[in-house]
Amino acid sequence: MFRRINEKIIESCIKLSGLLVIIFVFLIFLFLLKDSISLFGQYPIGQFLFGRNWLPISEPPKFGIVPLLLGSIYVTIGAIVICVPFGVAAAMFIAEVAPGYLKHVLKSLIEILASIPSVVLGFIGIVWLGPFLRNTFGLKTGMCGLTGSLLLAFMALPTIISICEDALVGVPRTYKEAAFGLGATHWQTLWRIILPAASSGIIAAVMLGIGRVIGETMVVMMVTGNAPVIPKSILEPLRTLTATIAGEMGETVGGSEHYFALFAVGVVLFIITFMINLVADVCMRRAKK
Amino acid sequence: MVNFMVSLSNPMEIETTIETKNLNLYYGDFRALNDVNIKIPGRNVTAIIGPSGCGKSTLLRCFNRMNDLTENAKVQGKIIIEGNNILELETDLIFLRKKVGMVFQRPNVFDLSIYNNLKFGLRIHRMLSDKDHIMQAIQSGLEQVNLWQELKDKLRKNARSLTLEQQQRLCIARVIILKPDIILLDEPCSALDPIATLRIEELLRILRQQYTLVIVTHNMQQAARVSDYTGFMYLGQLIEFGETNQIFTNPGEKLTENYISGYFG
Ligand SMILES: Nc1ncnc2c1ncn2[C@@H]1O[C@H](COP(=O)(O)OP(=O)(O)OP(=O)(O)O)[C@@H](O)[C@H]1O
Ligand SMILES: [Mg+2]
Repeated sequence: MFRRINEKIIESCIKLSGLLVIIFVFLIFLFLLKDSISLFGQYPIGQFLFGRNWLPISEPPKFGIVPLLLGSIYVTIGAIVICVPFGVAAAMFIAEVAPGYLKHVLKSLIEILASIPSVVLGFIGIVWLGPFLRNTFGLKTGMCGLTGSLLLAFMALPTIISICEDALVGVPRTYKEAAFGLGATHWQTLWRIILPAASSGIIAAVMLGIGRVIGETMVVMMVTGNAPVIPKSILEPLRTLTATIAGEMGETVGGSEHYFALFAVGVVLFIITFMINLVADVCMRRAKK
Repeated sequence: MVNFMVSLSNPMEIETTIETKNLNLYYGDFRALNDVNIKIPGRNVTAIIGPSGCGKSTLLRCFNRMNDLTENAKVQGKIIIEGNNILELETDLIFLRKKVGMVFQRPNVFDLSIYNNLKFGLRIHRMLSDKDHIMQAIQSGLEQVNLWQELKDKLRKNARSLTLEQQQRLCIARVIILKPDIILLDEPCSALDPIATLRIEELLRILRQQYTLVIVTHNMQQAARVSDYTGFMYLGQLIEFGETNQIFTNPGEKLTENYISGYFG
Protein backbone atom coordinates (compact mmCIF):
# COMPACT_ATOMS: atom_id res chain seq x y z
CA MET A 1 0.00 0.00 0.00
CA PHE A 2 2.67 2.45 1.14
CA ARG A 3 4.85 1.34 -1.70
CA ARG A 4 2.15 1.95 -4.21
CA ILE A 5 1.69 5.55 -3.02
CA ASN A 6 5.45 6.04 -3.19
CA GLU A 7 5.43 4.76 -6.73
CA LYS A 8 2.63 7.17 -7.65
CA ILE A 9 4.49 10.15 -6.19
CA ILE A 10 7.67 9.33 -8.08
CA GLU A 11 5.75 8.81 -11.27
CA SER A 12 3.96 12.12 -11.05
CA CYS A 13 7.23 13.91 -10.20
CA ILE A 14 8.78 12.56 -13.34
CA LYS A 15 5.75 13.47 -15.37
CA LEU A 16 5.73 16.95 -13.89
CA SER A 17 9.38 17.63 -14.69
CA GLY A 18 8.87 16.43 -18.24
CA LEU A 19 5.89 18.72 -18.57
CA LEU A 20 7.82 21.61 -17.03
CA VAL A 21 10.54 21.34 -19.67
CA ILE A 22 7.97 21.57 -22.41
CA ILE A 23 6.27 24.50 -20.71
CA PHE A 24 9.56 26.32 -20.29
CA VAL A 25 10.50 25.94 -23.92
CA PHE A 26 7.09 27.11 -24.90
CA LEU A 27 7.24 30.10 -22.55
CA ILE A 28 10.66 31.11 -23.79
CA PHE A 29 9.37 31.08 -27.32
CA LEU A 30 6.27 33.07 -26.36
CA PHE A 31 8.38 35.58 -24.50
CA LEU A 32 10.65 36.06 -27.51
CA LEU A 33 7.71 36.25 -29.84
CA LYS A 34 5.81 38.78 -27.75
CA ASP A 35 8.69 41.24 -27.64
CA SER A 36 9.64 40.80 -31.24
CA ILE A 37 6.08 41.34 -32.37
CA SER A 38 6.23 44.68 -30.61
CA LEU A 39 8.89 45.63 -33.12
CA PHE A 40 6.72 44.94 -36.09
CA GLY A 41 4.18 47.45 -34.81
CA GLN A 42 6.74 50.16 -35.49
CA TYR A 43 9.02 48.61 -38.10
CA PRO A 44 7.80 46.73 -41.20
CA ILE A 45 8.59 43.02 -41.13
CA GLY A 46 9.63 43.02 -44.79
CA GLN A 47 12.35 45.56 -44.10
CA PHE A 48 13.49 43.52 -41.15
CA LEU A 49 13.76 40.27 -43.06
CA PHE A 50 15.09 41.62 -46.36
CA GLY A 51 16.80 44.85 -45.35
CA ARG A 52 20.43 44.97 -46.33
CA ASN A 53 21.59 47.33 -43.58
CA TRP A 54 21.84 46.84 -39.84
CA LEU A 55 22.26 50.38 -38.48
CA PRO A 56 20.53 50.44 -35.11
CA ILE A 57 21.77 53.83 -33.95
CA SER A 58 21.60 55.82 -37.15
CA GLU A 59 18.74 58.22 -37.74
CA PRO A 60 16.36 56.71 -38.75
CA PRO A 61 17.60 53.30 -37.51
CA LYS A 62 17.70 50.38 -39.91
CA PHE A 63 17.17 46.84 -38.76
CA GLY A 64 17.83 44.78 -41.90
CA ILE A 65 18.81 41.30 -40.79
CA VAL A 66 20.40 40.15 -44.08
CA PRO A 67 24.01 41.01 -43.21
CA LEU A 68 23.73 39.18 -39.88
CA LEU A 69 22.03 36.19 -41.44
CA LEU A 70 24.70 36.02 -44.12
CA GLY A 71 27.38 36.38 -41.47
CA SER A 72 25.98 33.42 -39.58
CA ILE A 73 25.59 31.39 -42.76
CA TYR A 74 29.13 32.11 -43.97
CA VAL A 75 30.72 31.23 -40.68
CA THR A 76 28.58 28.12 -40.27
CA ILE A 77 29.16 26.81 -43.77
CA GLY A 78 32.86 27.46 -43.41
CA ALA A 79 32.95 25.58 -40.13
CA ILE A 80 30.96 22.65 -41.49
CA VAL A 81 33.07 22.34 -44.62
CA ILE A 82 36.12 22.17 -42.42
CA CYS A 83 34.90 19.93 -39.63
CA VAL A 84 32.69 17.37 -41.36
CA PRO A 85 35.40 15.64 -43.40
CA PHE A 86 37.76 15.66 -40.45
CA GLY A 87 35.10 14.54 -38.03
CA VAL A 88 33.84 11.67 -40.18
CA ALA A 89 37.38 10.55 -40.99
CA ALA A 90 38.34 10.65 -37.32
CA ALA A 91 35.22 8.68 -36.40
CA MET A 92 36.03 6.10 -39.05
CA PHE A 93 39.54 5.81 -37.71
CA ILE A 94 38.39 5.38 -34.13
CA ALA A 95 35.57 2.98 -34.92
CA GLU A 96 37.26 0.76 -37.47
CA VAL A 97 40.99 1.18 -37.65
CA ALA A 98 42.54 2.19 -34.35
CA PRO A 99 43.67 -0.62 -32.03
CA GLY A 100 41.98 -0.86 -28.63
CA TYR A 101 44.30 1.24 -26.48
CA LEU A 102 44.51 4.05 -29.04
CA LYS A 103 40.73 4.07 -29.22
CA HIS A 104 40.54 4.80 -25.49
CA VAL A 105 43.20 7.49 -25.64
CA LEU A 106 41.51 9.22 -28.58
CA LYS A 107 38.08 9.07 -27.02
CA SER A 108 39.25 10.70 -23.82
CA LEU A 109 41.16 13.29 -25.80
CA ILE A 110 37.97 14.18 -27.61
CA GLU A 111 36.15 14.55 -24.33
CA ILE A 112 38.82 16.96 -23.17
CA LEU A 113 38.46 18.83 -26.44
CA ALA A 114 34.76 19.18 -25.78
CA SER A 115 35.38 20.69 -22.39
CA ILE A 116 37.57 23.60 -23.50
CA PRO A 117 35.63 26.79 -22.66
CA SER A 118 34.78 28.83 -25.72
CA VAL A 119 36.37 31.95 -24.21
CA VAL A 120 39.69 30.16 -24.21
CA LEU A 121 39.27 29.26 -27.86
CA GLY A 122 38.35 32.87 -28.63
CA PHE A 123 41.47 33.96 -26.84
CA ILE A 124 43.60 31.62 -28.91
CA GLY A 125 41.89 33.02 -31.98
CA ILE A 126 42.75 36.60 -31.09
CA VAL A 127 46.29 35.98 -29.99
CA TRP A 128 47.45 33.35 -32.40
CA LEU A 129 45.08 32.13 -35.14
CA GLY A 130 43.95 35.60 -36.31
CA PRO A 131 47.45 36.99 -36.78
CA PHE A 132 48.54 33.72 -38.36
CA LEU A 133 45.76 33.86 -40.96
CA ARG A 134 46.40 37.53 -41.60
CA ASN A 135 50.02 36.83 -42.41
CA THR A 136 49.45 33.71 -44.50
CA PHE A 137 46.62 35.12 -46.60
CA GLY A 138 47.85 38.70 -46.57
CA LEU A 139 44.59 40.03 -45.11
CA LYS A 140 43.79 43.45 -43.75
CA THR A 141 42.78 41.91 -40.50
CA GLY A 142 42.87 38.43 -39.03
CA MET A 143 39.56 39.03 -37.29
CA CYS A 144 37.40 37.58 -40.04
CA GLY A 145 34.89 34.87 -40.91
CA LEU A 146 37.50 32.23 -41.53
CA THR A 147 39.02 32.60 -38.07
CA GLY A 148 35.57 32.06 -36.61
CA SER A 149 34.89 29.10 -38.89
CA LEU A 150 38.11 27.37 -37.91
CA LEU A 151 37.49 27.76 -34.20
CA LEU A 152 33.86 26.73 -34.51
CA ALA A 153 34.89 23.70 -36.52
CA PHE A 154 37.17 22.82 -33.66
CA MET A 155 34.29 23.17 -31.23
CA ALA A 156 31.90 21.07 -33.28
CA LEU A 157 34.40 18.27 -33.83
CA PRO A 158 33.78 16.39 -30.57
CA THR A 159 30.03 16.27 -31.18
CA ILE A 160 30.45 15.10 -34.74
CA ILE A 161 33.12 12.55 -33.96
CA SER A 162 31.33 10.91 -31.08
CA ILE A 163 27.93 10.67 -32.75
CA CYS A 164 29.45 9.44 -36.01
CA GLU A 165 31.45 6.91 -34.11
CA ASP A 166 28.32 5.59 -32.42
CA ALA A 167 26.63 5.33 -35.80
CA LEU A 168 29.54 3.41 -37.32
CA VAL A 169 29.86 1.05 -34.38
CA GLY A 170 26.10 0.45 -34.57
CA VAL A 171 26.33 -1.02 -38.08
CA PRO A 172 25.74 -4.77 -37.76
CA ARG A 173 28.90 -6.85 -37.85
CA THR A 174 27.26 -9.17 -40.33
CA TYR A 175 27.63 -6.54 -43.07
CA LYS A 176 31.33 -6.64 -42.58
CA GLU A 177 31.39 -10.40 -42.71
CA ALA A 178 29.35 -10.42 -45.90
CA ALA A 179 31.60 -7.86 -47.54
CA PHE A 180 34.79 -9.65 -46.56
CA GLY A 181 33.21 -12.89 -47.71
CA LEU A 182 32.79 -11.38 -51.16
CA GLY A 183 36.46 -10.51 -51.23
CA ALA A 184 36.28 -6.86 -50.26
CA THR A 185 39.19 -5.17 -48.56
CA HIS A 186 38.82 -3.41 -45.25
CA TRP A 187 38.78 -0.05 -46.97
CA GLN A 188 36.18 -1.04 -49.56
CA THR A 189 33.97 -2.42 -46.82
CA LEU A 190 34.30 0.73 -44.79
CA TRP A 191 33.71 3.10 -47.65
CA ARG A 192 31.01 1.36 -49.63
CA ILE A 193 29.12 -0.64 -47.02
CA ILE A 194 29.60 0.63 -43.50
CA LEU A 195 29.53 4.33 -44.28
CA PRO A 196 26.26 4.18 -46.27
CA ALA A 197 24.70 2.02 -43.58
CA ALA A 198 25.61 4.64 -40.98
CA SER A 199 24.55 7.55 -43.15
CA SER A 200 21.49 8.64 -41.18
CA GLY A 201 23.53 8.74 -37.99
CA ILE A 202 26.23 10.70 -39.75
CA ILE A 203 23.73 13.21 -41.09
CA ALA A 204 22.33 13.57 -37.59
CA ALA A 205 25.84 14.22 -36.31
CA VAL A 206 26.39 16.87 -38.93
CA MET A 207 23.08 18.54 -38.15
CA LEU A 208 23.83 18.63 -34.44
CA GLY A 209 27.25 20.02 -35.29
CA ILE A 210 25.57 22.77 -37.31
CA GLY A 211 23.21 23.48 -34.44
CA ARG A 212 26.16 23.81 -32.11
CA VAL A 213 28.01 26.13 -34.49
CA ILE A 214 25.14 28.42 -35.37
CA GLY A 215 24.23 29.03 -31.75
CA GLU A 216 27.76 29.68 -30.56
CA THR A 217 28.30 33.24 -29.43
CA MET A 218 31.45 33.91 -27.49
CA VAL A 219 34.00 32.76 -30.04
CA VAL A 220 32.41 34.55 -32.98
CA MET A 221 32.04 37.72 -30.98
CA MET A 222 35.72 37.63 -30.11
CA VAL A 223 37.24 36.76 -33.46
CA THR A 224 35.04 37.65 -36.44
CA GLY A 225 35.59 41.37 -36.38
CA ASN A 226 31.99 42.34 -35.57
CA ALA A 227 31.25 44.25 -38.74
CA PRO A 228 27.50 44.15 -39.50
CA VAL A 229 27.94 44.50 -43.24
CA ILE A 230 27.17 42.07 -46.04
CA PRO A 231 30.39 40.08 -46.31
CA LYS A 232 31.89 39.61 -49.78
CA SER A 233 33.86 36.59 -48.70
CA ILE A 234 34.68 34.57 -45.64
CA LEU A 235 38.02 36.36 -45.45
CA GLU A 236 36.33 39.61 -44.42
CA PRO A 237 35.12 40.79 -41.03
CA LEU A 238 31.48 39.98 -40.45
CA ARG A 239 29.01 39.54 -37.66
CA THR A 240 26.64 36.73 -36.77
CA LEU A 241 23.12 36.79 -35.34
CA THR A 242 24.34 35.60 -31.97
CA ALA A 243 27.15 38.12 -31.68
CA THR A 244 24.73 40.92 -32.53
CA ILE A 245 22.38 40.05 -29.70
CA ALA A 246 25.13 39.53 -27.17
CA GLY A 247 27.06 42.61 -28.23
CA GLU A 248 24.20 45.10 -28.43
CA MET A 249 21.81 44.00 -25.73
CA GLY A 250 23.80 45.80 -23.06
CA GLU A 251 23.61 49.13 -24.85
CA THR A 252 19.91 49.22 -25.58
CA VAL A 253 17.19 50.80 -23.53
CA GLY A 254 14.50 48.38 -22.43
CA GLY A 255 11.37 48.80 -24.52
CA SER A 256 13.09 50.68 -27.34
CA GLU A 257 12.80 49.74 -30.99
CA HIS A 258 16.39 48.46 -30.96
CA TYR A 259 15.63 46.29 -27.94
CA PHE A 260 12.69 44.66 -29.69
CA ALA A 261 14.72 44.20 -32.87
CA LEU A 262 17.23 42.12 -30.95
CA PHE A 263 14.41 39.92 -29.73
CA ALA A 264 13.28 39.44 -33.29
CA VAL A 265 16.81 38.38 -34.18
CA GLY A 266 16.54 35.92 -31.32
CA VAL A 267 13.34 34.47 -32.77
CA VAL A 268 15.01 33.97 -36.14
CA LEU A 269 17.89 32.18 -34.44
CA PHE A 270 15.50 30.07 -32.42
CA ILE A 271 13.61 29.00 -35.53
CA ILE A 272 16.81 28.09 -37.36
CA THR A 273 18.21 25.96 -34.54
CA PHE A 274 14.82 24.39 -33.97
CA MET A 275 14.61 23.29 -37.59
CA ILE A 276 18.13 21.93 -37.54
CA ASN A 277 17.49 19.93 -34.40
CA LEU A 278 14.28 18.62 -35.89
CA VAL A 279 16.12 17.31 -38.95
CA ALA A 280 18.81 15.81 -36.74
CA ASP A 281 16.15 14.13 -34.65
CA VAL A 282 14.44 12.61 -37.66
CA CYS A 283 17.77 11.29 -38.90
CA MET A 284 18.65 9.85 -35.50
CA ARG A 285 15.34 8.09 -35.35
CA ARG A 286 15.83 6.65 -38.80
CA ALA A 287 19.34 5.54 -37.84
CA LYS A 288 17.99 3.62 -34.85
CA LYS A 289 15.60 1.61 -37.01
CA MET B 1 14.68 -20.17 -67.19
CA VAL B 2 18.39 -20.26 -67.69
CA ASN B 3 19.99 -22.74 -69.98
CA PHE B 4 22.51 -24.57 -67.86
CA MET B 5 24.15 -26.46 -70.67
CA VAL B 6 25.53 -23.22 -72.04
CA SER B 7 27.00 -22.15 -68.73
CA LEU B 8 28.81 -25.45 -68.31
CA SER B 9 31.35 -24.23 -70.79
CA ASN B 10 34.48 -25.26 -68.98
CA PRO B 11 34.53 -29.02 -68.51
CA MET B 12 38.06 -28.86 -67.08
CA GLU B 13 36.67 -27.46 -63.84
CA ILE B 14 34.19 -30.22 -63.22
CA GLU B 15 36.46 -32.02 -60.81
CA THR B 16 37.11 -28.97 -58.65
CA THR B 17 37.34 -30.23 -55.13
CA ILE B 18 38.27 -29.14 -51.69
CA GLU B 19 40.67 -31.36 -49.88
CA THR B 20 41.95 -30.92 -46.36
CA LYS B 21 44.97 -32.66 -44.89
CA ASN B 22 45.29 -32.92 -41.11
CA LEU B 23 43.41 -29.70 -40.64
CA ASN B 24 43.49 -28.38 -37.09
CA LEU B 25 42.04 -25.17 -35.81
CA TYR B 26 42.53 -23.67 -32.38
CA TYR B 27 40.55 -20.85 -30.80
CA GLY B 28 43.21 -19.90 -28.28
CA ASP B 29 43.78 -23.21 -26.50
CA PHE B 30 40.51 -24.77 -27.58
CA ARG B 31 40.87 -27.24 -30.42
CA ALA B 32 37.80 -26.69 -32.56
CA LEU B 33 38.94 -28.86 -35.48
CA ASN B 34 40.80 -32.07 -34.85
CA ASP B 35 42.77 -33.58 -37.75
CA VAL B 36 40.06 -33.18 -40.31
CA ASN B 37 40.71 -34.98 -43.60
CA ILE B 38 37.96 -34.48 -46.13
CA LYS B 39 37.69 -34.63 -49.91
CA ILE B 40 34.75 -32.73 -51.29
CA PRO B 41 33.80 -33.65 -54.85
CA GLY B 42 33.06 -30.96 -57.42
CA ARG B 43 29.65 -30.11 -58.91
CA ASN B 44 27.79 -31.81 -56.13
CA VAL B 45 26.11 -30.83 -52.94
CA THR B 46 28.00 -31.82 -49.84
CA ALA B 47 26.28 -31.50 -46.49
CA ILE B 48 28.11 -31.17 -43.20
CA ILE B 49 25.99 -32.30 -40.29
CA GLY B 50 26.60 -32.74 -36.58
CA PRO B 51 25.44 -31.51 -33.20
CA SER B 52 25.69 -27.87 -32.17
CA GLY B 53 29.22 -26.70 -31.46
CA CYS B 54 30.95 -29.58 -33.22
CA GLY B 55 32.82 -27.27 -35.57
CA LYS B 56 30.73 -27.30 -38.74
CA SER B 57 30.79 -23.56 -39.22
CA THR B 58 34.43 -23.44 -38.28
CA LEU B 59 35.30 -25.98 -40.96
CA LEU B 60 33.25 -24.19 -43.57
CA ARG B 61 34.81 -20.85 -42.76
CA CYS B 62 38.25 -22.35 -43.31
CA PHE B 63 37.49 -22.91 -46.98
CA ASN B 64 37.51 -19.22 -47.81
CA ARG B 65 39.65 -18.22 -44.86
CA MET B 66 36.93 -16.30 -43.06
CA ASN B 67 38.56 -17.45 -39.85
CA ASP B 68 41.30 -14.94 -40.55
CA LEU B 69 38.85 -12.40 -39.16
CA THR B 70 38.64 -14.20 -35.85
CA GLU B 71 41.52 -12.86 -33.86
CA ASN B 72 42.36 -15.85 -31.71
CA ALA B 73 41.96 -18.51 -34.40
CA LYS B 74 45.04 -20.46 -35.49
CA VAL B 75 44.97 -22.97 -38.35
CA GLN B 76 47.35 -25.85 -39.09
CA GLY B 77 47.41 -28.37 -41.90
CA LYS B 78 46.55 -28.02 -45.56
CA ILE B 79 43.47 -27.03 -47.49
CA ILE B 80 43.86 -27.70 -51.18
CA ILE B 81 41.51 -25.97 -53.57
CA GLU B 82 42.19 -26.23 -57.28
CA GLY B 83 45.63 -27.60 -56.58
CA ASN B 84 46.76 -24.79 -54.28
CA ASN B 85 47.14 -24.89 -50.55
CA ILE B 86 45.09 -21.86 -49.61
CA LEU B 87 46.64 -21.69 -46.16
CA GLU B 88 49.91 -20.56 -47.74
CA LEU B 89 50.86 -17.00 -46.91
CA GLU B 90 50.90 -15.85 -50.50
CA THR B 91 47.27 -16.83 -51.15
CA ASP B 92 45.37 -13.96 -52.73
CA LEU B 93 42.46 -13.73 -50.33
CA ILE B 94 40.48 -11.44 -52.57
CA PHE B 95 40.66 -13.89 -55.43
CA LEU B 96 40.03 -16.85 -53.15
CA ARG B 97 36.85 -15.32 -51.79
CA LYS B 98 35.67 -14.59 -55.30
CA LYS B 99 36.16 -18.23 -56.25
CA VAL B 100 34.81 -19.57 -52.97
CA GLY B 101 31.71 -17.59 -52.06
CA MET B 102 29.83 -17.73 -48.80
CA VAL B 103 26.19 -17.49 -47.77
CA PHE B 104 25.52 -16.94 -44.10
CA GLN B 105 23.02 -18.10 -41.55
CA ARG B 106 21.14 -14.84 -41.33
CA PRO B 107 20.53 -13.08 -44.63
CA ASN B 108 23.04 -10.24 -44.49
CA VAL B 109 22.12 -7.97 -47.37
CA PHE B 110 23.77 -4.58 -47.21
CA ASP B 111 21.82 -1.47 -46.32
CA LEU B 112 21.86 -0.49 -50.00
CA SER B 113 19.56 -0.90 -52.96
CA ILE B 114 19.11 -4.32 -54.52
CA TYR B 115 21.08 -3.08 -57.49
CA ASN B 116 23.96 -1.86 -55.40
CA ASN B 117 24.02 -5.03 -53.33
CA LEU B 118 24.76 -6.93 -56.50
CA LYS B 119 27.02 -4.33 -58.01
CA PHE B 120 29.29 -4.22 -54.98
CA GLY B 121 31.04 -7.49 -55.81
CA LEU B 122 31.44 -6.66 -59.48
CA ARG B 123 32.93 -3.37 -58.51
CA ILE B 124 35.45 -4.58 -55.97
CA HIS B 125 36.68 -7.24 -58.35
CA ARG B 126 36.70 -4.77 -61.26
CA MET B 127 34.80 -7.32 -63.29
CA LEU B 128 32.63 -5.11 -65.44
CA SER B 129 32.68 -1.41 -65.98
CA ASP B 130 30.13 -0.93 -68.70
CA LYS B 131 26.65 -0.12 -67.39
CA ASP B 132 24.86 -2.46 -69.78
CA HIS B 133 27.13 -5.35 -68.92
CA ILE B 134 26.60 -4.75 -65.22
CA MET B 135 22.86 -4.77 -65.79
CA GLN B 136 23.10 -8.00 -67.76
CA ALA B 137 25.13 -9.63 -65.01
CA ILE B 138 22.66 -8.48 -62.39
CA GLN B 139 19.76 -9.78 -64.41
CA SER B 140 21.35 -13.16 -64.92
CA GLY B 141 22.28 -13.35 -61.23
CA LEU B 142 18.72 -12.61 -60.20
CA GLU B 143 17.34 -15.03 -62.78
CA GLN B 144 19.44 -17.82 -61.40
CA VAL B 145 17.93 -17.37 -57.97
CA ASN B 146 14.44 -16.84 -59.37
CA LEU B 147 14.13 -13.25 -58.26
CA TRP B 148 14.21 -11.42 -61.55
CA GLN B 149 10.50 -11.53 -62.25
CA GLU B 150 9.65 -10.27 -58.77
CA LEU B 151 12.28 -7.61 -58.50
CA LYS B 152 13.05 -6.32 -61.96
CA ASP B 153 11.06 -3.14 -61.40
CA LYS B 154 12.31 -2.54 -57.87
CA LEU B 155 16.05 -2.70 -58.27
CA ARG B 156 16.44 0.68 -56.60
CA LYS B 157 14.57 -0.36 -53.48
CA ASN B 158 16.52 -0.97 -50.32
CA ALA B 159 17.34 -4.65 -50.08
CA ARG B 160 16.40 -4.76 -46.43
CA SER B 161 12.78 -4.17 -47.32
CA LEU B 162 12.57 -7.61 -48.93
CA THR B 163 11.24 -10.70 -47.22
CA LEU B 164 13.81 -12.89 -45.49
CA GLU B 165 13.58 -15.47 -48.22
CA GLN B 166 14.12 -12.87 -50.91
CA GLN B 167 17.03 -11.49 -48.93
CA GLN B 168 18.65 -14.89 -48.68
CA ARG B 169 18.16 -15.44 -52.40
CA LEU B 170 19.71 -12.07 -53.02
CA CYS B 171 22.68 -13.11 -50.89
CA ILE B 172 23.06 -16.19 -53.07
CA ALA B 173 22.79 -14.07 -56.21
CA ARG B 174 25.42 -11.72 -54.81
CA VAL B 175 27.80 -14.65 -54.63
CA ILE B 176 26.82 -16.20 -57.96
CA ILE B 177 27.33 -13.00 -59.87
CA LEU B 178 31.06 -13.22 -59.15
CA LYS B 179 31.19 -16.56 -61.00
CA PRO B 180 32.55 -18.64 -58.15
CA ASP B 181 33.47 -22.32 -58.36
CA ILE B 182 32.41 -23.16 -54.86
CA ILE B 183 29.57 -21.81 -52.73
CA LEU B 184 29.64 -22.34 -49.00
CA LEU B 185 26.31 -22.14 -47.20
CA ASP B 186 26.19 -22.00 -43.41
CA GLU B 187 22.68 -23.02 -42.33
CA PRO B 188 21.18 -20.88 -45.09
CA CYS B 189 17.59 -21.73 -44.17
CA SER B 190 17.66 -21.49 -40.41
CA ALA B 191 16.08 -18.03 -40.44
CA LEU B 192 13.38 -19.03 -42.92
CA ASP B 193 9.96 -20.64 -42.62
CA PRO B 194 9.44 -24.23 -43.84
CA ILE B 195 8.00 -23.28 -47.21
CA ALA B 196 10.75 -20.82 -47.98
CA THR B 197 13.20 -23.48 -46.84
CA LEU B 198 11.85 -25.94 -49.38
CA ARG B 199 12.06 -23.37 -52.13
CA ILE B 200 15.67 -22.55 -51.30
CA GLU B 201 16.47 -26.26 -51.31
CA GLU B 202 14.96 -26.51 -54.75
CA LEU B 203 17.23 -23.69 -55.82
CA LEU B 204 20.26 -25.52 -54.43
CA ARG B 205 19.39 -28.59 -56.48
CA ILE B 206 19.46 -26.45 -59.61
CA LEU B 207 22.64 -24.66 -58.67
CA ARG B 208 24.52 -27.91 -58.08
CA GLN B 209 24.74 -28.38 -61.82
CA GLN B 210 27.06 -25.42 -62.05
CA TYR B 211 28.73 -25.02 -58.70
CA THR B 212 30.24 -27.06 -55.97
CA LEU B 213 28.01 -26.53 -52.97
CA VAL B 214 28.94 -27.17 -49.38
CA ILE B 215 26.08 -26.73 -46.96
CA VAL B 216 26.17 -26.84 -43.19
CA THR B 217 22.90 -27.80 -41.63
CA HIS B 218 21.33 -28.72 -38.36
CA ASN B 219 18.50 -30.32 -40.13
CA MET B 220 19.09 -33.92 -41.11
CA GLN B 221 16.07 -34.13 -43.39
CA GLN B 222 17.49 -31.18 -45.24
CA ALA B 223 20.84 -32.88 -45.64
CA ALA B 224 19.10 -35.99 -46.90
CA ARG B 225 16.98 -33.99 -49.32
CA VAL B 226 19.57 -31.77 -50.94
CA SER B 227 22.95 -33.41 -50.70
CA ASP B 228 24.85 -35.99 -52.68
CA TYR B 229 27.56 -36.43 -50.07
CA THR B 230 27.41 -36.01 -46.33
CA GLY B 231 30.05 -35.54 -43.69
CA PHE B 232 29.23 -36.11 -40.04
CA MET B 233 31.20 -34.18 -37.47
CA TYR B 234 31.44 -34.63 -33.74
CA LEU B 235 33.55 -32.64 -31.28
CA GLY B 236 35.78 -31.19 -33.97
CA GLN B 237 36.40 -34.48 -35.73
CA LEU B 238 35.08 -35.66 -39.05
CA ILE B 239 33.63 -38.98 -38.00
CA GLU B 240 32.41 -40.17 -41.35
CA PHE B 241 32.14 -38.98 -44.92
CA GLY B 242 30.37 -40.66 -47.81
CA GLU B 243 27.46 -40.64 -50.18
CA THR B 244 24.38 -39.27 -48.52
CA ASN B 245 22.40 -42.40 -49.22
CA GLN B 246 24.94 -44.60 -47.59
CA ILE B 247 25.40 -42.32 -44.56
CA PHE B 248 21.70 -42.20 -43.88
CA THR B 249 20.81 -45.83 -44.61
CA ASN B 250 23.95 -47.69 -43.72
CA PRO B 251 26.37 -45.56 -41.68
CA GLY B 252 29.78 -47.05 -40.99
CA GLU B 253 30.14 -45.66 -37.49
CA LYS B 254 28.01 -46.24 -34.42
CA LEU B 255 28.22 -42.52 -33.55
CA THR B 256 26.80 -41.53 -36.91
CA GLU B 257 24.01 -43.99 -36.59
CA ASN B 258 23.10 -42.71 -33.13
CA TYR B 259 23.06 -39.14 -34.33
CA ILE B 260 21.01 -39.88 -37.39
CA SER B 261 18.49 -41.89 -35.49
CA GLY B 262 18.15 -39.01 -33.08
CA TYR B 263 19.76 -40.28 -29.89
CA PHE B 264 21.53 -36.95 -29.48
CA GLY B 265 21.84 -33.73 -31.39
N1 LIG C 1 35.64 -17.08 -31.93
C1 LIG C 1 35.63 -18.16 -31.13
N2 LIG C 1 36.39 -18.18 -30.03
C2 LIG C 1 36.38 -19.27 -29.22
N3 LIG C 1 35.66 -20.37 -29.43
C3 LIG C 1 34.87 -20.41 -30.52
C4 LIG C 1 34.82 -19.29 -31.43
N4 LIG C 1 33.95 -19.62 -32.41
C5 LIG C 1 33.49 -20.85 -32.13
N5 LIG C 1 34.05 -21.34 -31.01
C6 LIG C 1 33.81 -22.66 -30.43
O1 LIG C 1 34.22 -23.61 -31.37
C7 LIG C 1 33.31 -24.70 -31.39
C8 LIG C 1 32.82 -24.91 -32.80
O2 LIG C 1 32.04 -23.80 -33.19
P1 LIG C 1 31.22 -23.76 -34.53
O3 LIG C 1 30.60 -22.44 -34.62
O4 LIG C 1 32.11 -24.18 -35.64
O5 LIG C 1 30.14 -24.88 -34.25
P2 LIG C 1 28.94 -25.33 -35.15
O6 LIG C 1 29.09 -26.77 -35.38
O7 LIG C 1 28.81 -24.46 -36.34
O8 LIG C 1 27.72 -25.10 -34.17
P3 LIG C 1 26.26 -24.58 -34.50
O9 LIG C 1 25.52 -25.73 -35.05
O10 LIG C 1 25.74 -24.15 -33.17
O11 LIG C 1 26.39 -23.44 -35.46
C9 LIG C 1 32.20 -24.36 -30.43
O12 LIG C 1 32.43 -25.08 -29.24
C10 LIG C 1 32.35 -22.91 -30.19
O13 LIG C 1 32.02 -22.59 -28.86
MG1 LIG D 1 27.38 -22.91 -36.99
